[in-house]
Amino acid sequence: MSTAISTNTQTTVEWFYACNVIDVPPNGGVCVKYDDVQIALFRFARRDAWYATQNLCPHRQQMALSRGMTGTHNGEPKVACPFHKKTFSLEDGRCLSDETECSLTTYPVKVENDKVYIGIMQEA
Amino acid sequence: MKIVIIGNGMVSYKFCEKILSKLPAQAAEIVVFGEEPRPAYDRVHLSEFFAGKTADDLLMAPADWYASNHITLHLGDPVQQIDRSNKTVHSYKGITEAYDYLVIATGSSAFVPPIPGVDKKGVFIYRTIEDLELMRDYAPKAKRGVVIGGGLLGLEAAKALLDLGISDTHVIEFAPRLMPRQIDESGSRILEQQLKQLGLQVHTNKNTSEVLGDETITGLQFADESILEADMLVISAGIKPRDELAKLSGLETGHRGGIVVNEHLQTTDPEIYAIGECALYHGMIYGLVAPGYEMAEVVASHIAGEAQQKTFTGFDMSTKLKLIGVDVASFGDPFVSAETSRSIVFEDTMKGVYKRISITNDGKYLLGGILIGDADAYNMLLQTSKNKVVLPPNPEDVLLGSRGGSQEAGPGVLGLPDDAIICSCESVSKGAICGAVEAGNETLDAVKKCTKAGTCCGGCTPMVKDLITGTMKAQGKYIRNVICEHFAYSRQELYDLIRIKDVRSFDEALDHYGHGDGCEVCKPVVASIMASLWNDMILDKGNDVVQDSNDRFLANIQKGGTYSVVPRIPGGEITPAKLLVIAQVALKYNLYTKITGGQRIDLFGAHLSDLPDIWEELIEAGFESGHAYGKALRTVKSCVGSTWCRFGLHDSVSFAIQIEERYRGLRAPHKIKSAVSGCIRECAEAQSKDFGIIATEKGWNLYVGGNGGSKPQHAILLAADLDSETCIRYIDRFLMFYIKTADPLTRTATWLNKLDGGITYLRNVVINDSLGIAEELDKEMQALVDKYKCEWKEVVESPELRKRFNHFVNAPGAKDPTVKFDNMREQKKAAEWK
Ligand SMILES: Cc1cc2nc3c(=O)[nH]c(=O)nc-3n(C[C@H](O)[C@H](O)[C@H](O)COP(=O)(O)OP(=O)(O)OC[C@H]3O[C@@H](n4cnc5c(N)ncnc54)[C@H](O)[C@@H]3O)c2cc1C
Ligand code: SF4
Ligand code: FES
Repeated sequence: MSTAISTNTQTTVEWFYACNVIDVPPNGGVCVKYDDVQIALFRFARRDAWYATQNLCPHRQQMALSRGMTGTHNGEPKVACPFHKKTFSLEDGRCLSDETECSLTTYPVKVENDKVYIGIMQEA
Repeated sequence: MKIVIIGNGMVSYKFCEKILSKLPAQAAEIVVFGEEPRPAYDRVHLSEFFAGKTADDLLMAPADWYASNHITLHLGDPVQQIDRSNKTVHSYKGITEAYDYLVIATGSSAFVPPIPGVDKKGVFIYRTIEDLELMRDYAPKAKRGVVIGGGLLGLEAAKALLDLGISDTHVIEFAPRLMPRQIDESGSRILEQQLKQLGLQVHTNKNTSEVLGDETITGLQFADESILEADMLVISAGIKPRDELAKLSGLETGHRGGIVVNEHLQTTDPEIYAIGECALYHGMIYGLVAPGYEMAEVVASHIAGEAQQKTFTGFDMSTKLKLIGVDVASFGDPFVSAETSRSIVFEDTMKGVYKRISITNDGKYLLGGILIGDADAYNMLLQTSKNKVVLPPNPEDVLLGSRGGSQEAGPGVLGLPDDAIICSCESVSKGAICGAVEAGNETLDAVKKCTKAGTCCGGCTPMVKDLITGTMKAQGKYIRNVICEHFAYSRQELYDLIRIKDVRSFDEALDHYGHGDGCEVCKPVVASIMASLWNDMILDKGNDVVQDSNDRFLANIQKGGTYSVVPRIPGGEITPAKLLVIAQVALKYNLYTKITGGQRIDLFGAHLSDLPDIWEELIEAGFESGHAYGKALRTVKSCVGSTWCRFGLHDSVSFAIQIEERYRGLRAPHKIKSAVSGCIRECAEAQSKDFGIIATEKGWNLYVGGNGGSKPQHAILLAADLDSETCIRYIDRFLMFYIKTADPLTRTATWLNKLDGGITYLRNVVINDSLGIAEELDKEMQALVDKYKCEWKEVVESPELRKRFNHFVNAPGAKDPTVKFDNMREQKKAAEWK
């Protein structure tokens, strides 16, 4: 899983504790509150992978992605918004079903001792 | 070479397309003059403007199509003069263009009879987008609309008035019947009946003598002295070919209008052609688009000097009325005389169906016919008559379908000869379509792109689809609707596998029969199959996350991310005490309340985390989940029936409650609705339901496969005069058979339409046990019924499941702060989304 990343613009990742592994239904998602930000956290239990994106669906500005259905398209992990079934890649956040739709912000996730942490980019 | 085209309508556009494809690039200089402000648009689908299509949607091609093909297009600039000796044309805006060939494609205008008062405000014609814009702006002021003219266009205009919200609309026809050129007396009578049901009043034999009113129309005066009040009038009394320019320049025109042309579509000046609705060939104006396209082809081929010169020899004027909501079609020669032919007539006044075909005396060939109320067979019959296909030994089969169930009715579209024209608008033959499929175009879109078939009026699409499947089958390709990339099975196959292997979770199904991780398509399908088979709690065994979002939270997600709550109210019967509980819950949790179409009460605007509390209170008071969120039985609506109604034959409410309680919670490929009416007056609208029951003197009539929604369809009688027990047994079998065999998200109506053998087959399975599975179906249904539990009760009682109803995993109980409501009529509504 992603650890601290640094690039030439000096961004570092600050990890915050989101919840415990057992709080997230296997192959499903939950919404995590980080101050005023809502983050959708997804658990792909079958391949032991975790993803996080913004919870807001850019299509109609609905706080709904965490309640969406997860899946894959040609192996690429995705989530389908419960409102109009637009699908978004969990790897880079781009909309898979509509090229003109905005992309999602994605966040790195790490799991340590059954605790789930989400990474927020900090500009130094 | 320089070609000038006058008019930029559908036929002019088609001519440009054809000539471009026949000449080497830029071999000709092409100049087009159009009088209308926009490039050619699809006039045939003009009425869709009222259904939300914009002028741009209707364009045949955008303006830059002309530019990129080096066609000079002058819009809003009618040609005013043709100087034949100098071979030039002059336009209104002062442009002069020389030509080698001139093509007149000026179409026609609406014919307005010289009735006093037609110039009053509120009187319209129906020909251009501008006409429709004027109508749209005027309609909100109008209460009663009238259309003069009961022909094809008039009926379309009348439907447009209804669509514009004028529910009181009348059609005036001068002749003794509607569509006098296409259909006969009996057909017209049935059509009138059907139109009445749509809200259209028809007056035949009416001669309008005056439009009444001062400046604005107030009514119509007829020759028989009667008066009809009206505040909006559309005149659709026929078309008048635009031949004025031709007349002016000395070309021969017909007495009743039209530019006289020969078989090459040349006018009396061989360098000037006329095509489309302005051309008069053998004394006939062809007021349809397909012959116009054919004319465009002939002229393009003539000018391009093609070796195989085509000529125009007349055109089949078969038509099908679109849009109106009643099928009407006529084909071939619908009025053949009795000496040279015999006719077969089918009439069902109850259902409003009338079909008549004329066949040769020896019974071999189809000459023509009329279809009203059900024109599904139109394309097939048209092709059968056009291509002189030999009829089956019992010619009535082509009309009625074969009635044994197994035998095919005629050879079908695959039996047509290769040169049979399937798409008449684009003249695409059967051979061309099959060839395209053989070349690898195996989807409808691919075939459309490759051959252009089905791109104009779309009427041939079902035949094209049949040809694709037929050709692929003939090549030995097996066509299957597989679910998605993760499961290479059809729903029915997967259903059997899951049943045989006793699969209870999505992960298990994926391990055994699928690959990858699944997706939003296969997950709910598998979840629904398991629910239909086992009726286990749907949120158990990790299956919560594979349910459609609404099933996962046992509520319907609404705008803004809140949910609606619908408790079951079987048969629509509720006690005052329970009503009080609903009111209290709604007040306590600040919910918007509305009565639904299914006779229950919907509570909107509940926060996710409030759902378990709300249901706890409802269940406490004796309510159960209404499954409004599921692909499951929704409601069984009922009329008040014999307990109160003076017409009631049986107690429809009690029966509705019994049925709703029997099938509550039943999961299926799609939602299921039902209703019970206490007599033939049908107040519960049972015939619009997936299964509907109507009381008769002797018992119950059971109808199946009905549908409301966007594609309404009446249910079909499965069995008559049943006692309650038999009725329920038949419903058990019908539902179970549907659940086992339907594709995902297919309502019973579509399923039945696609079922090989249709209702006859279904009757055999359900009533005569032709497949020998009746006992199994009965048992399976009984098992599901016995296993029913209220899902919400289970959630309310389980702290583990309740935890799933939090918005924030790390702030349980906190509500989503982005949820916003507005106020309206003393209740709340979801804030408008962007
Ligand atoms: C509401 C409606 C529904 C219809 N439904 C069907 C249907 O279901 N099936 C079917 O087959 N047909 C249908 N038709 C008929 C079909 O639209 C016509 O047959 C077809 O449009 C004829 O094409 P055209 O190019 O000959 O004429 P048009 O489409 O009328 O085009 C002629 C153009 O030439 C322009 N023009 C005229 N004089 C000049 C001039 N001097 N200089 C420059 N421009 C000029 C006109 O303004 C017009 O834009 C329908 C028509 C209407 C109005
Ligand atoms: S359907 Fe018949 S019994 Fe039922 S309310 Fe209507 S009239 Fe009465
Ligand atoms: S709001 Fe997400 S797809 Fe429309």
